Formats: sequence, C-alpha cells, structure tokens
Amino acid sequence: MIAQLTLIERQYAIMISAAVAVCGALMILVGRDDAMGIHGALVFLAGILTIFRIGESYFAPAPSDERLAHYYDDPSKVAIVLAMIWAVVGLAVGDWVAWQLVEPDLTFGVAWSSFGRLRPVHTTSVIFGFGGNALIATSLYVLQRTSRARLPDQVSPWFVVYGYNLFCLLAVTGYMMGITQSKEYAEPEWYTDLWLVVVWVVYFLVYLRPLARRKEPHIYVSNWYYMAFILVVAILHIVNNLAVPVSLGHAKSYSAFSGVQDAMTQWWYGHNAVAFFLTAGFLGMMYYFLPMRAGRPIFSYRMSIISFWGITFFYMWAGSHHLHYTALPQWVQTLGMTFSLMLLIPSWASAGNVLLTLNGAWDKVRDDATLRFMMVAGVFYGLTTLEGSFMAIRSVNSLSHYTDWTIGHVHAGALGWVAMITFGSIYATVPWLWKREQMYSPKLVEAHFWLALAGTVIYVFAMWNSGIVQGLMWRTYNESGTLAFSFIDTLVAMHPYYIARAVGGLLFLIGGCVGAYNIWMTIKVPSAVTDLAADVPQPAVVGSGALRAAE
Amino acid sequence: MSFFGLHYRLESKAIGLTLGIIVVASIGGLVEIAPLFTIHQTVEDAPDMRLYTPLELAGRNIYIREGCYACHSQMIRTLRDEVDRYGPYSLAVESKYDHPMLWGSKRTGPDLARVGEKYSDQWHVAHLNNPRDVVPVSVMPAYGWLLMTELRIDDLGLHLKAQRAVGVPYTEEMIANAALDAYAQSNPDSSLADGVTKRYGKATTMRAFDGRPSYLTEMDALVAYLQVLGRLTDAAHKSVAQAGAGQ
Ligand code: HEM
Ligand code: HEM
Repeated sequence: MIAQLTLIERQYAIMISAAVAVCGALMILVGRDDAMGIHGALVFLAGILTIFRIGESYFAPAPSDERLAHYYDDPSKVAIVLAMIWAVVGLAVGDWVAWQLVEPDLTFGVAWSSFGRLRPVHTTSVIFGFGGNALIATSLYVLQRTSRARLPDQVSPWFVVYGYNLFCLLAVTGYMMGITQSKEYAEPEWYTDLWLVVVWVVYFLVYLRPLARRKEPHIYVSNWYYMAFILVVAILHIVNNLAVPVSLGHAKSYSAFSGVQDAMTQWWYGHNAVAFFLTAGFLGMMYYFLPMRAGRPIFSYRMSIISFWGITFFYMWAGSHHLHYTALPQWVQTLGMTFSLMLLIPSWASAGNVLLTLNGAWDKVRDDATLRFMMVAGVFYGLTTLEGSFMAIRSVNSLSHYTDWTIGHVHAGALGWVAMITFGSIYATVPWLWKREQMYSPKLVEAHFWLALAGTVIYVFAMWNSGIVQGLMWRTYNESGTLAFSFIDTLVAMHPYYIARAVGGLLFLIGGCVGAYNIWMTIKVPSAVTDLAADVPQPAVVGSGALRAAE
Repeated sequence: MSFFGLHYRLESKAIGLTLGIIVVASIGGLVEIAPLFTIHQTVEDAPDMRLYTPLELAGRNIYIREGCYACHSQMIRTLRDEVDRYGPYSLAVESKYDHPMLWGSKRTGPDLARVGEKYSDQWHVAHLNNPRDVVPVSVMPAYGWLLMTELRIDDLGLHLKAQRAVGVPYTEEMIANAALDAYAQSNPDSSLADGVTKRYGKATTMRAFDGRPSYLTEMDALVAYLQVLGRLTDAAHKSVAQAGAGQ
C-alpha cells in the first residue's frame, strides 16, 4: 500500500506522523501526573509506528502513473477491515454489559470493567468504531464512483482513516481509565475532541475536492447525505464539547454549559448524533448500495429530495423530546414534540423508497441475503422512526422515558437499521473492492443474516416488554393511594427480560463474528480475477443504469 | 421554477449544497437553545443556593468517572408518581452550577436528585463497597477500591479555578484553600474545620464520611457528594409548598 504513494507523499506522511509523535511526547511531559500521560504514550506510539511502517517501504520504486487511471480504494479497504474489528469488539462489550445486568459481579472486582465504564466503551465502539469506519469507507468509495473523480491525493484519506481510529482508541481506553465528560455519545475529553476536529476538517476537504472536480453534472443523492453527515456532525461536536480543562496537563475539563442550558445543548447534540451519524450517513449508504445491488433504479428521486431536506431541517428541532416533563421550559418541549411528529414524513419517504425500489424484485430479495440485509434495514428504519415519533409524544414519553423501552427503541434502530444496512453494504462492496466474483461463502452470509435477525427480534421484544412493565409498575398505586411497588420490585421483574436480551445479543455477536471471518477469507483467498470495470472512472457507472432515478 | 427544478440546479453546485445544509440545519438549534441563555424565567432565583465544597466536587468527579449517570438520573419529572417516590420535582436552579448536568436518561437504578441525607453515611459506605450486602437483589457494581484509594487533593484549587472560568462563583479564598478544605470537611475536629463553614455556609455537612477522620479517601468524597444531592437549596420544597397553598 505504501508503494502506491509517491516519494513526496511518503515524505508528507512521515512529517505528519512525526508531528503526531511530538504531540504525544508533549502530552507525556505535561500529563505525567495524570492519566493523560498514558494517552500521550499511545499517541506517541501511533506516530512512531506509522513512521516505521512508511520507512520500511520508503525506498520502494515509485508507482507508475497508471494508478491515476483507477480510483483510490486502499483507504476504504482498510477502513472496512477496521469497521469489522470494532464491530466484534463493540458487540462483545455490549453483550458483556448485558450479562452484567443479569449477574452484576461479572466485573471481577476491577475498576475498568464496571458497568458505568464499559457502557460507553460499547456505545463508542459500535457507533463511532463500527459505524464511523463503515461510513468513511463507503463514503470515499461512493464519492469517487458517483463523481467520476479520483480522491485528490493519497495522503489525506489515510490521515482521515488512521486519525479517526486513533480518536476512537483514545476514547475507549480513556473511559476504562475514568477519562470521560459524561455527556452521552460525546464522552471523550477535550484533547481527544480537538483531535477529532482536525481529522474531521481534513475529511470534509477530502470529500469536497472530488465533488468540486466531478465529471458528472449532478451530485448524486448519496453524496448529499454524506455531506450533511460530515457538516452537521462537525457543528454538533464543536458546540457541545466547549469546555475549560483543569489545566493543560489534566485530562479533566468542565463543560462551558451548566444545568438546563447544558441539558438542551447535550440533547440537541445527542438527538442529532442519531440523525446525522446514525441516519443521514447510512441513508447515503443505502441510496447507493441498494440500487446497485438490486440492479434497479431508486423508486423516486423526488421522495429522496423531500426526505433529505426534511431530515436536515426537522431533526435539529427534535432534541427536546429527550427532556419532557423536566425543568426545561415547556415551550421548548412542545416544539420538540411537534417537530418529532413531522419528522415521520421525511423518514418514511426514505423507508418507502427502499421498499418501493425492491417492489418487483422480490425474487432477488429471496435469493440474495445481502439484498435481504438491506431490505430488513429499510423495514426497521420505518419501524424505529414510527416508534420514535410515537415516543416523542409527551404522554407516551412519560411512560417510556428512563425505562428499557428507550433501550429497545435504540437497538431497533441500531441493530435493525444501522448494523443491517452496514452489513448489507459491506457484503456488496467487499467483492467489488477486492475484485472477487462473490463473497468467500454465500452460505455464511445467509447464516449471518438469520443470526442477526433473530438476535434483533429477541433483543427488541425483550426490551419492549421490560420497559413497559417497568414504566407501568413505577406508576401503579394501591387502593390506599400509595405507590404499589418499590424500586427493587421492578428490578426483580426485569430479570428474565435481561437474560433474554443478553441471549439475543449473543446471537447478534456470533453473527458479527461469522461476518468478520467471511470477509477475512474473501480477502485472503484469491479467486479467478474478474475484471470489474467499477474501479475505472467511466461514464457507464452513473448517469445511466441503476443510479438514475426511475422518474 | 418549481421546487424540484430549483433543486436540480442546486445539485450541480457543491458549495451551494454545503451552504444550504449549514443554513437549514442551524435554524432549529438557534431558535431553541439561544433563548435559554437570555430569557430570565429559564432558571428560577434561589438566593440560598450554595456551591459544592471542594470535597463534594471531587466526589462529583468520581461519580462522573465511574459512569454512575449511566444508571441513575438526577431529574425528578413533574409527574405525580415521581414526586411521591422521590420528592419535589427538580427545578432548573438546582443544577445551575452543574458543569455538566447529570440529569441522566436511564433509570437502571433509582433517581438520586434528592438522595442527600436519606440514608446514613455507614449505609452508603457499605452499599458502595458491595451493594449486595445491603440490597440483596441489586445489580449495581461493587466499588470496593474507593475505600482503599486515597483522594487526590493537591490540584483541587485548579479544579475550582476552572469551574470559576465557566461561571461558578468560587472566590479567591476558596481556591487558595481548596485542598485543606477538602481535608477538613471530613475531619470535623481539626482546627481547619471552621474555615470550611465560614466559606461554604453553616449548612455544610462536616463529617468523617467513611468513618476514618484522618484518612481521606475517594469514598469520603463520593459519599459527601451523595449526601449533598438535593440539599444545595430549599427552592424545590418551597415551590411545592406554595403550589399546595395556592390550591
Ligand atoms: C450484541 C449486540 C448488542 C448488545 C448485547 C447491546 C447491549 C447494550 C446494553 C446492555 C446497553 C445498556 C443498556 C442500559 O443501560 O440499560 C446498550 C446501550 C446502547 N447500545 Fe447496545 N448492544 C448491542 C449492539 C448495539 C449496536 C450495534 C449499537 C449501535 C450501532 C448499539 C448502540 C447502543 C446505544 C446507543 C446505547 C445507549 C442507549 C441509551 O443511552 O439510551 N448497541 N447496549
Ligand atoms: C423519526 C425519527 C425518530 C424519532 C422522532 C425518535 C425519537 C426518540 C425518542 C422520543 C427517544 C426517547 C428519549 C427519552 O425519552 O429519553 C429516542 C431515543 C433514542 N433514539 Fe430515537 N427517534 C427516531 C429515530 C431513531 C433512529 C433511526 C435511531 C437509530 C439508531 C434512534 C436512536 C435513538 C437513541 C440512540 C436514543 C437514546 C438516547 C439516549 O437516551 O441515550 N432513533 N428517540
């Protein structure tokens, strides 16, 4: 891979890695009395190892200009492998914490493995590690093909992939050492946040330049969604993470916001992390891989426009539905509820687009597990958004809030929509990227599909039950007008559902491992090279065929 | 030109699309968040509102470090059953000095907004050390190391300073004495104890929280924090009493 870089690019890469190593050394120095010093060592090592890796091939012959005739896919390949590693880690930790709620002493008495520290390890690994890497990999892949332009250079995409994974690594190791801001989905501390800003700006530029130089007159739908994902996540991240560190040598910082303003800022962030990380980016994925895999154009171009601008506008108002009946002023709660209901329209425009695109190709869905992953993802996307809009109604939320119903909703979206569309898209891209006729084992794809579906259904039903039971028990009164159940009574009632959830999660995890193995074998075992035209910039890929709207 | 026609043109401009996304996405946040900082009614007045002592603040940081907020909320909603179970509903002013707030989003365990002085220090120490010793079916993790880990206090002054930078009114004197105040709060018989009540008010709880006055542990800090929850101001009790009187 390094042999693909020109000499100048190798030099740039070494300089950037050296800068990273210097930052690491500085962190070791100023943070020597603090857990930050350990992070400094990690950063330093990351920089040094990269320099050595480049150094190994530094004198390899320069690549021929022939490379410019092909898209640059190496960063996507690496990001896909990393996505699968994070998936296995994140799902395993998720199942571990699920078992901890069944048997609390599964922490083995050490600090780093207690529920409170591992839970964000789970959420960060799956959302940012697995989801984020998959988004970066597919976005760069889709961008080049739909713009018919090669990535601008061969260093910046690597910076994005490796820099982003360094961010994820700092985040999860930090939680285990107790470094956290406590803001859900924004837990990493200030220096890790700053690093992400740098990576993200480069990501944006990597994305914008091919778009600006594209050979297609129009920017394809997927790119709008990926763009919204990149831009809005940047805005959210910067605002919500404003903080003052205790000192430059302390990992700990204090948020610039407090109390009710902090709550609103946090859930403006939190809900839109759902919207622009877990939804917009993955819709971008769907709008490319679904029509390509099905060999059919997207059902409606107009629906995709309505969906796009609806999501971009409405979602940003909806965060306050996380704060119903709290000390947040009521007018903000009401706005959040109203916009959450309206949000159903653009959401279903995209969910509908999935199913209507497949309408007429059900035989393909029946035979092809990859396409079935995408179809089921569309169904769960429709279900989750319907459920979300329902839960945003104040009176419904009074029951669901604080209970496992929220957890059920989260995982209907996360397992059913996010993970399924990702696995489907990865199974579609891997053979294209590595130039294989198909996956190593289609049977294993089939097995993965059923494990994932069974795991999701068990998980979600268990949590719906447990959430509604718990919510009802909390508000049940005796005839004498006192509360009927103590908190502990509800905990006992949850127990069987927690076992069921952990079993469902185990199935999902096994599925993920099967998928990782299958992808690994596809990469390892060469097949008769099929010369796919898909990696050469040529007009046939867009503008005609599957990616043109049906209308 | 129709909306879709216009859009067709927008789709061919990368910068136009970028700006469009930024503008459209910014409106919601601006309308909902910006006024919260300026509209006076957002946060009630509570003249009796106290600050966290350095020890309580250190305890709060341990609460954050261990991820207690992942299972415990600190926000009692305006619903009858919550008020009956946990006490008066939470007011905005009560978390006015909370950077960040810890309202939480999931109750795997009960709400803690008013847990202060509900249980004894001994109960908390035993419970944190191993929850199943006092609540046999609890699923909360055991935090055995808190009793054995000495609390770091040398940098508490810096913590208070950073808090002041984000708007908490700590004085120069509080910052200068932060480390000693932390020590003295859990050592009520020491000569330094008077300074703590002078700076943080008579209502400050001065006790050897983990039962060992001379040895300052993370357990001391965490229990001190738990015991002050809901007790920084009486505003919530008053507002409920007023509502009752008005009926
Ligand atoms: C093996 C599969 C999985 C299992 C067993 C699992 C388990 C869990 C558990 C036990 C929790 C804590 C719930 C609580 O505090 O009561 C949780 C939270 C969460 N998980 Fe998972 N999870 C899995 C997969 C995923 C995936 C694939 C994603 C995202 C793509 C995800 C995203 C989340 C999020 C966002 C939360 C926080 C929810 C909230 O705060 O409301 N999980 N998960
Ligand atoms: C129309 C779309 C949606 C609406 C209106 C919506 C609404 C809601 C509501 C009302 C809550 C509960 C808040 C609370 O009581 O604390 C919630 C939580 C959540 N939803 Fe959705 N939802 C939507 C779609 C989705 C999708 C597609 C996902 C994808 C994974 C998702 C992920 C989450 C997560 C992670 C949380 C938990 C946040 C937390 O408490 O940590 N939502 N959503």
